[in-house]
Amino acid sequence: MPVAVIVFPGSNCDRDVAVALETATGRAPAMVWHQESALPACDLIVVPGGFSYGDYLRSGAMAAHSPIMRAVIERANTGTPVLGICNGFQILAEAGLLPGILMRNASLKFVCRDVDLRVERADTVFTGAYAQGEILRVPVAHHDGNYFADAETLQRLEDGGQVAFRYCDTGGNVTPEANPNGSINNIAGILNADGNVLGMMPHPERLADPLLGGIDGAPMFDALAEAIAA
Amino acid sequence: MSKTEPRPDDLMGLSDGEYDTILDILGRTPNFTELGIFSVMWSEHCSYKSSKKWLKTLPIDGPQVIQGPGENAGVVDIGDGQAVIFKIESHNHPSFIEPYQGAATGVGGILRDVFTMGARPVANLNALRFGSPDHPKTRHLVGGVVAGIGGYGNCIGVPTVGGEVNFDPSYNGNILVNAMTVGIAPTDKIFYSAAAGVGLPVVYVGSKTGRDGIHGATMASAEFADDSEEKRPTVQVGDPFTEKLLLEACLELMATDAIVAIQDMGAAGLTSSSVEMASKGDVGIALDLDQVPRRETGMTAYELMLSESQERMLMVLKPGREDMARTIFEKWELDFAVIGMTNDSGQLTLLEDGASTADIPVAPLVAAAPEYDRPWTATPPRPVINASDVPAPDDLGDVLMALIGGPELCSRRWVWEQYDHMVMGDTVVRPGGDAALVRVHGTGKGLAMSTDCSPRYVLANPVEGGRQAVAEAWRNVTAVGATPLAVTNNLNFGNPERPEIMGQLVGAVQGMGEACLALACPVVSGNVSLYNETNGSAILPTPVIGCVGVMGDVAKAVTAEFKAAGETIFVIGETQGWLGCSLYQRHMSGEATGAPPPVDLDIERKNGDLVRQLIADGALTACHDVSDGGLAVAIAEMAIAGGLGAEIDVSPVIPAHAWAFGEDQGRYVVTTTGPETVAAAAAKAGVPARAIGQTTAATLTLPGTRPISVAELEALHESWLPDYMAAR
Repeated sequence: MPVAVIVFPGSNCDRDVAVALETATGRAPAMVWHQESALPACDLIVVPGGFSYGDYLRSGAMAAHSPIMRAVIERANTGTPVLGICNGFQILAEAGLLPGILMRNASLKFVCRDVDLRVERADTVFTGAYAQGEILRVPVAHHDGNYFADAETLQRLEDGGQVAFRYCDTGGNVTPEANPNGSINNIAGILNADGNVLGMMPHPERLADPLLGGIDGAPMFDALAEAIAA
Repeated sequence: MSKTEPRPDDLMGLSDGEYDTILDILGRTPNFTELGIFSVMWSEHCSYKSSKKWLKTLPIDGPQVIQGPGENAGVVDIGDGQAVIFKIESHNHPSFIEPYQGAATGVGGILRDVFTMGARPVANLNALRFGSPDHPKTRHLVGGVVAGIGGYGNCIGVPTVGGEVNFDPSYNGNILVNAMTVGIAPTDKIFYSAAAGVGLPVVYVGSKTGRDGIHGATMASAEFADDSEEKRPTVQVGDPFTEKLLLEACLELMATDAIVAIQDMGAAGLTSSSVEMASKGDVGIALDLDQVPRRETGMTAYELMLSESQERMLMVLKPGREDMARTIFEKWELDFAVIGMTNDSGQLTLLEDGASTADIPVAPLVAAAPEYDRPWTATPPRPVINASDVPAPDDLGDVLMALIGGPELCSRRWVWEQYDHMVMGDTVVRPGGDAALVRVHGTGKGLAMSTDCSPRYVLANPVEGGRQAVAEAWRNVTAVGATPLAVTNNLNFGNPERPEIMGQLVGAVQGMGEACLALACPVVSGNVSLYNETNGSAILPTPVIGCVGVMGDVAKAVTAEFKAAGETIFVIGETQGWLGCSLYQRHMSGEATGAPPPVDLDIERKNGDLVRQLIADGALTACHDVSDGGLAVAIAEMAIAGGLGAEIDVSPVIPAHAWAFGEDQGRYVVTTTGPETVAAAAAKAGVPARAIGQTTAATLTLPGTRPISVAELEALHESWLPDYMAAR
């Protein structure tokens, strides 16, 4: 079944993720313009990175109210896997599909570099091709990736195993030095309670091609391709 | 005739002689709006009046060239029905006044120059020069410019893959921000600016027009004094989100056959775009200013014509295609307005409330633009300094650590990690090496690109420095394995009305021309920025070169970092130990004196061709060009990048410090697992290639020094810039 990639004015990683999806699934995803009110038949929805509406308001705040997002929320609530990367994570958080918020990086600067991630959940539709505790090298590129949630929400996330990835050092240790943006508990990606919505700041689609310096992102797309083919 | 009539008190930067020419052209006194139009069109920035005579001497042809200078950007064939379109442009004056917006709109402007021609931008680069790190403004300017470049490029989603950053007190009051964009278009879908045909609708698209940046081109053509802060209103404000929409909308319309001509509104806004299109198409244009979308009420014709509001384009469409085009722009939520028509009058006519408010003949406005043969004096030659006359250090290792951990040669990671250098998913070689390499989307081909200039060489000898800037950019592109195709240049100089400054420009252009010719790398686009002076003190002459090359298979590209221990290290090219004008000399004595290292263009080409062949043959594991700081610095950079060491085992006949830090040109450091292959190929090509040692695990040992920990070198190399920027 096809994959839908949502395109907002200002999305700029839509083509990158489409390439990774096509490589994994063997067919090009449907690119869905934000003004659509209905989604095509699909078994996976991807909200890509970029600067939707310029992110002149809080990142993702405008896009969360786009016509298409009503359909995305509906499908997420009925179990369709939804992956939000970078700006996509910010949009899913603003749309209420994921708890917490992405604040300005603690450095106050945009940061683009490879980071190490520890896989905290290898039993989801997104991460099934990774091993629990596996360390991935994947890039980040954002200005607002500083994840925050209040103490109660954070407790719920941690207790419920909703943290999917954490920033770590090359040995897998979760340290302040390994945290590129100040995220609480080094959180790089979280799941909703049902496990069918994943938001993450790092870009797995950017290291899914050996010529670009790494392929640690590829297994995510392979796992998704397998899940939706089944 | 009205030459005896009283002239306006403010000629808007025009000279008395230029004003007289206007009176001759019009046969009457220009009104305020007309004078403004002449002023911007004849500004140094738009007319190249001081440099044109010399720019004409540059080589601009080659079988690969589809479009040379004169359009929005240069166009070069890369095979398979595709072309690379690129240009570099300065935004120096605005960036000094307001670093974030100045730099951001510099990026926005050069992006538009490239996508105006039908190309999707695939990479941005820049060349930045700041004042002394000790100057109180420098930290603020570095922070603002880097954030501005990132803010624009990151948002629009074009990777910023390369550039250079240097510091020198001569830029204290006049920083340089040169931005370059590289794009790709199908060769049969390239768009030009000639509005050929009459009765065609002239269409305005993009952002609304406001009062920002009025007379920016004139400001950019004058020196600074202490009141430069007051010029802040002439700086434009950038909106990368709107530019992203404009990019996508333009490319969508360009896929149809609706466009006759298209021109971005950059410097001098609506004035230069409409005049340019009319002049190239040999037609007249009548604009109804009432139709121009505007941001605020009460704007005068003068303000509308001279505004440099960003993210705007002017197009001439085929008749009857307006509605289809409007639908596309409305989908992207952009303004779309038919604001005029081409005609056969040969005049630029502006209408306001139905009445003519300006009426200027286009041909003389362009053709009679002043062109000066400014007096110039050649830079006096400097003596050649013998290596033995430059003091030896107490410890060579200490000098290496000081250089590699100092402002000139420290890592620029703090800068490029603020730029999204991976978006678009084709960045094969990232920033920090010699040239960046960007894959042509959907193919195995790649474009290598680099920006370079060594201003201290140009100051010492403009001809040699001009040659060197081209040679170094060419060498950097070669060092990853690509074939250099063409260059774009950004000539940043002081006040051309001073003969010694004009002499720098003349010399540098001569040197560049010689190098471009010898290296078969013509100039296809460029920009001139003069009057880079504050209170009469000029910047170092800084003719920046941006070079683009192509490589058939990006999988064969080679990067600078050492790959494994136990590989053989070679130096390609001859090491004579030239210390005049070197960073070593400046470190030891406080100034760079004497003649700069000469560039032998035949040798340059021969050495580079060998390196490229070795890379294509898969004979090399790493390759790095030798430039500032010489062999010691080049080897240290390769070691740091790879997290490996090297044992250098030579007994140079020249003094050890000259061997280590001499800046002889035309050299590369390479590593290989097949030393015989490299030696044999070099011997066959007649190129000096000398095995100088082996890569090792963790320490770097140079002739006559103790082993230096590479981890320690790396810490020094990586810490200077972040520490400097974090200090208060």
